[in-house]
Amino acid sequence: MLANAPRLMLVGRRLVQFVPVIVLATFVVFGLLKLVPGDLAATLAGEYATEERIAQIRESYGLNDPFLVQYGRWLWNAMQLDLSRSFQSNEPVLEQIMHRFPTTMLLVVGALLVSLVVGVPLGILAATNAGSRLDVAVTSLSSFGVALPNFWLAMILVATFSLSWGWFPATGAVRFGADPAGAIWHAVLPSIALAAGGIAEVVRQLRSALIEILSSQYVRTLYAKGLSPSAILWKHGLKNVAVTLLTVIGLLASRLLGGAVVIEAVFAIPGMGSMVVRAAIVKDFPVVQGVVFTMVILVIAINLVIDLLYTIVDPRVALK
Amino acid sequence: MRALRAWLGGNSAAVLALFFLVALFTLALMAPLIAPYVPTAQNLGNTLAEPSWQHWMGTDDLGRDVLSRLIHGAPASLFASLLAVGVATAIGVPVGLLAGFLGGWVDDAISRVIDTLLSFPGIVLAIGVTGALGIGLTNAMLAVGIVFAPGLARLMRAQTLVVKQELYVDASRCFGASLSRILLKHVMPNAVQPVIVQVTLLLAVALLAEASLSFLGLGVQPPQPSWGGMLARAYNYMELAPEQMYAPGIAILLTALAFNTLGEALRQALDPTRRRR
Repeated sequence: MLANAPRLMLVGRRLVQFVPVIVLATFVVFGLLKLVPGDLAATLAGEYATEERIAQIRESYGLNDPFLVQYGRWLWNAMQLDLSRSFQSNEPVLEQIMHRFPTTMLLVVGALLVSLVVGVPLGILAATNAGSRLDVAVTSLSSFGVALPNFWLAMILVATFSLSWGWFPATGAVRFGADPAGAIWHAVLPSIALAAGGIAEVVRQLRSALIEILSSQYVRTLYAKGLSPSAILWKHGLKNVAVTLLTVIGLLASRLLGGAVVIEAVFAIPGMGSMVVRAAIVKDFPVVQGVVFTMVILVIAINLVIDLLYTIVDPRVALK
Repeated sequence: MRALRAWLGGNSAAVLALFFLVALFTLALMAPLIAPYVPTAQNLGNTLAEPSWQHWMGTDDLGRDVLSRLIHGAPASLFASLLAVGVATAIGVPVGLLAGFLGGWVDDAISRVIDTLLSFPGIVLAIGVTGALGIGLTNAMLAVGIVFAPGLARLMRAQTLVVKQELYVDASRCFGASLSRILLKHVMPNAVQPVIVQVTLLLAVALLAEASLSFLGLGVQPPQPSWGGMLARAYNYMELAPEQMYAPGIAILLTALAFNTLGEALRQALDPTRRRR
């Protein structure tokens, strides 16, 4: 039963709780401008600008208004899907973001899949053989995964699989809409590089959650009732770690989005990451704000969905 | 040696990690004395050279000695990690302490802000803050520190909530101790242990963040050497000289691994009730 009263209440409460989070998040995004040292208009006008030019910029961007007024105007525009225009190209920021969004998402979703497909079996193996050599090997590997700079792994992958063996393209991306197979082929190496930390995270969390469940009282009871270890693992153990997996996915969503920024630089992928890095270097603040805004809204939305999924996976959550 | 090992919970890997870090810090402090060449000295007649007796790790695309650049990259990376984690601790610990201890609307407000800040993908927010403050290592690491602060604050808050229930806190309140005395003398020392563990682990994350930001051109600016910056240059010459990327990458990996190993060992050493997982 999906649509019962306590669950609907919970959904409503969660949605209401997310309003202040979004307001605060947008405030932080807009507040980035306040960190710019000195006179923002003078920074925007460039090094050799005249006083008149600076005053003109200050006027056209509304920088004379109080901060809260500026923020209110920005938020109002953002709610109407107007993220202002790039200082550099004068194109609407949202248009640029939407153009690059699918490329970045393909990477993130690919990395999430790789993390789960590799991480879940390894985590189960390690937990069911806790203390064995296999467990030590898997645990050590995941320690390496956490400490590995993902852009370095990306470079090694490019050197090996692209430059030496020619299996995968070294750089660039293809739009998924134009050529799905080509897009996936281009996304393989970046996704693997991005997934290294994700695999390690999945292994660690899954392993410790599963070990805790397998050593619990009710699992001991199941053994006493004569159930086979595999039946216990599949029917009772994994059902209970589903919550852990959801938590990890929520965690990874944010981390992979961040990691994609660096990986896109290595593979020269025209996604949101390379966009925000270039914008930060040339001080194109509307673009920086637009990308940070899009990413934080995405993470908040993903976490909202995960919160709701909790209630389906674990009915106890809905009753709290 | 044995005492050290016992202190770290009989964990040989942690002892090794500690020695590695001590050696690395020594190297970083004495970099100009140890490095065989000036790290920015170019020799355009001898670029991308293979390792030799003159240049143990070869030379880069401008003929600069790779070993010297690697050694001079260490202080930048370690300073960056310490700065970022220092900033995060200076903000996160007091904020978490106050939120947890005062409770009520203060706690509600602070917790909301923490939750919101934790929704930002860390490195993206750091890039945004760096872009606003102006690119460069110090600004980049201030940004990373700001990004780390909410996580530490949340941990400190959770610990404070537990500790403030303790009898000795009530007792000192009954004796009329001031708020600052209760916080600093009673709550803080008893709540801070998991934070110390987290801080050690964060050093690794900060190191990786510095390397990423320098790789992207937002951190250490050329010609100053940094491990991330070395990788960015090596990337441009990957087809000609793929071996250029190994030394800086391994340096980052080992240092991050050492911080993590030490952090995990501290976690186990500080909490004897925790089973080995």
